[in-house]
Amino acid sequence: MTTRFGISIALVLSCFASLAFASGAPDNKHVAITQIVEHPALDAVRKGVKDVLQEAGWVEGENLQWNYQSAQGATATAAQIAKKFAGENPDIIVAIATPSAQAVAASARQSNIVFTAVTDPVGAKLVEAWDRPGKRITGVSDLTPIDQHLQLIKDAMPNAKRIGVIYNPGEANSVSLVKLVNKHAPALNLEVVEAASPKSADVQTATRSLLGKVDAIYLPTDNTVISALEGVIKVAQQADIPVFAGDTDSVKRGAVAALGFNYYDVGRQTGDMVVAILNGKSPGDMPVEGVQKTELFVNPKAAERMGLTLDQALLNRAKEIVQ
Amino acid sequence: MNSFALFGALETGFIFGLVALGVFLSFRVLDFPDLTVDGSFPLGAAVAATLIVAEVNPYIATFAACLAGAMAGMVTAWLNVRLHILHLLASILTMIALYSINLRIMDGPNKALLGVSTLMTPLDNLDIPYYMAYPLAFGILAILIALALVWFLKSEVGLAMRATGANPRMAKANGVHTSRMILLGMALSNALVALAGALFAQSQGSADVTMGVGVIVIGLASVIGGEAVMPIRTLLLWVLACLVGSILYRMVVAFALNAEVLGLKAQDLNLITAVLVTLAIVAPQFKQRMRRART
Repeated sequence: MTTRFGISIALVLSCFASLAFASGAPDNKHVAITQIVEHPALDAVRKGVKDVLQEAGWVEGENLQWNYQSAQGATATAAQIAKKFAGENPDIIVAIATPSAQAVAASARQSNIVFTAVTDPVGAKLVEAWDRPGKRITGVSDLTPIDQHLQLIKDAMPNAKRIGVIYNPGEANSVSLVKLVNKHAPALNLEVVEAASPKSADVQTATRSLLGKVDAIYLPTDNTVISALEGVIKVAQQADIPVFAGDTDSVKRGAVAALGFNYYDVGRQTGDMVVAILNGKSPGDMPVEGVQKTELFVNPKAAERMGLTLDQALLNRAKEIVQ
Repeated sequence: MNSFALFGALETGFIFGLVALGVFLSFRVLDFPDLTVDGSFPLGAAVAATLIVAEVNPYIATFAACLAGAMAGMVTAWLNVRLHILHLLASILTMIALYSINLRIMDGPNKALLGVSTLMTPLDNLDIPYYMAYPLAFGILAILIALALVWFLKSEVGLAMRATGANPRMAKANGVHTSRMILLGMALSNALVALAGALFAQSQGSADVTMGVGVIVIGLASVIGGEAVMPIRTLLLWVLACLVGSILYRMVVAFALNAEVLGLKAQDLNLITAVLVTLAIVAPQFKQRMRRART
């Protein structure tokens, strides 16, 4: 029995012994990155951060200590990673996705933290407000850039005054997106008319209720409405009302245009913040950023069918023109 | 490994030690394989976090979390003893139902507690650093609860519960209400798990609907691992072995997080953890076998 105890004690003692080995060369910068789970989008974010660091001259193994850990989906492991990083006290901890970011914010109370791929950093209590992030934490949110989406409608239809929004009030995500539409619309002189569609079967009725009241229709990324997108398109074509979407897939299915973003670019944007902090900027002085780089998808033929001719300037901006 | 990581492993180990105690109660005492745990852990977190954000006293919120966990355990037990659904399936049904219920409770997938006053807040103002105060507090709590559990299992009701798990027919013949014992045992077991969830959410700064994934696996690994590395001649030692097993598991994870020295990558974490836990459990057997071979 004593051997069993012996082994447990040896394990604990060797933990203490290894306390001694925890230092890097002083000239090097140390970036620690924690990610909740392996996922194509989150992996792309991480690659974006690393690529920007490399382009800025911070190369792993030369002047940069790059320490990446994934919790492999386990929240308890994310907590342990956060504590490990807290003890190593790196120059910056990059936290990918909400649970990892919250774990780091709770445990690493001395380090600079840059979060990314967090949709609602205020709701997650990571920061007090987007423009007042706090002392040592800031980052990039992957919230849909609604302001840019509305600007796109204005760019395509400068005379648009009223836009209709179709969504399912039962989808929490859609409700918050529609709130954002209402928040950003006045700045562009747009009036918002809402149409509720609690079921996919109600989508056509909801679209008809907007006829005569709006100049254009905007569809947020609402699962109910997008699954019945063709119903919206059909009614809109008959009434010559252009439909704009919040996701690029819908453009291929007949919407006029949409702005999308990819997670590699979100990572690059995060990387820019990390480089700025490595160069001496304080995270507290850097407001939380929304997605900046977007990709325009347009469908000129779908626009024609809805009585809209897209001008060349807009087509030139497009990353992809659907034929 | 640095001291933060070491104390962090102790802290997480003691919290999950409560899960191990709960799993010990269902798995070992009642002989009831209970997967409800994957749902009652986030349930405790969700109830505590939601109430604390609604400015309920954190002690009351944590107590409410335990009650919610007890109810979840009773639902599983009820499905089993009253509706005669196989225990494994009954617990799976409760577990998947709790996923939706947790989303309802939190009104979303995540409830943040960062910067909110919780049970942990007084620990931040002590003279010792917070990363030592947390494991100390959780350690004292876990050991007290383990002692209380031993006391309970030695009481008349506890003995009836152990009889129910060991030999239900004999227990019934001796006048034990076995279904009542299963209801009570499952309620206690899941109350402990929910308490762990509530404490974890408060030390961790958030409750998340995904935080229950794999909790039962960790609980089982702790119970069985503890039995392998500790002498379990008495009930007290057996119950304490659950806590030791849980800490051992967390130490292994903390070790595995440093595996990059061996040329291993982040993606290898779970594999390394599994190999190290296996080694820790098997090593004592080998040692005994070698000694026997020598004599």
